[in-house]
Amino acid sequence: MSTLHTVNKSPFATNSLTSCLNHCREGDAVLMIEDGVYGGLSGTAVAEQVAAKAGSVSIYVLRPDADARGLAQERMLEGIEGVDYAGFVDLAAAHDRTQAWL
Amino acid sequence: MKFGVVISEGPYTHEAADTAYHFVKAAIAKGHEVPRVFFYHDGVNVSTRLSVPPQDERHIQNNWTALAKEHDIDLVVCIAAAQRRGLLDQNEAERQGKDANNIAEGFRISGLGQLIEMGIQTDRLVMFGD
Amino acid sequence: MPDVKKFLYVNRKAPYGTIYALESLEVVLIGAAFEQDVSLAFLDDGVFQLTKGQNTEGIGVKNFSPTFRALGDYEVTKLFVERESLEERGLTEADLQEITYEDEDDDWAEKPSIRVVSRAEMAEIMADQDVVLSF
Repeated sequence: MSTLHTVNKSPFATNSLTSCLNHCREGDAVLMIEDGVYGGLSGTAVAEQVAAKAGSVSIYVLRPDADARGLAQERMLEGIEGVDYAGFVDLAAAHDRTQAWL
Repeated sequence: MKFGVVISEGPYTHEAADTAYHFVKAAIAKGHEVPRVFFYHDGVNVSTRLSVPPQDERHIQNNWTALAKEHDIDLVVCIAAAQRRGLLDQNEAERQGKDANNIAEGFRISGLGQLIEMGIQTDRLVMFGD
Repeated sequence: MPDVKKFLYVNRKAPYGTIYALESLEVVLIGAAFEQDVSLAFLDDGVFQLTKGQNTEGIGVKNFSPTFRALGDYEVTKLFVERESLEERGLTEADLQEITYEDEDDDWAEKPSIRVVSRAEMAEIMADQDVVLSF
């Protein structure tokens, strides 16, 4: 049993990403969408926190949202995988439930 | 697999209705079913047929109406949230003594029970909001 | 698919500044009629929804905090509140309203609906659900 968490806020605006990371469990997945994609960047104040979770939790970034914001995949933390909307659907189907950190 | 989708933020101000639209299209393209999309909070504003965005911009309501028609998706707008925000279908407008109605084709106004029912009847519920 | 699903309403926002808390409660009240296994989670700023002494006269908005005390009548009896979220905000359980329900399986004994849980316990509760609705 596992959960797909979605985060759609910049970690520099709200605590949604932090709260999500504090509640996700081993085997879960976190998908950063919309402004949430900023949470995947390397070299930021939250990068360490995200990287620390990346071992036990799979972290994804929605590429169309990252592209829209000019964030190439190379700018993302190592281990973060890019997915398109079809990949988003696959993740939602593969996990038992989806929890949106609105 | 059956997906239920909730949109809880308004169009244009928030990306929620756009992300949900791309998600639903991708789900259907993969052979999944999306029997219902439920609009709540400011998400009900997607359903107005009086929206006139500039021609070079996406028309969020038209896109949903077309997608729903093509794939038989039940677009349900929460009645309590809609009435607060001035969105009325013909029946409600008459009942409330209002001189206009504004719900677009393909959307229908109904109760919150439809949201719970969607949660019960689908395999996954995905929320898009702020 | 089970006949009864586990529904969790996740409340992470404070009341009055935005409508989410009120409209979340409206879903809970309507949803109660469907006889599912319902729990409410209060974490982050959501814990502010349950505080005592809310007085909305000055802002001209309906005070919906008393409605939480009626949830027991709707058989909504599990309100999980995250301890860390309270502490981060300088609150203790004593700052929250007293919310109770009558347990029909225990000769209608009055019992507290609010259960303060740790962050790890909250994560377990979240992971044990069929449907998670976020407000």
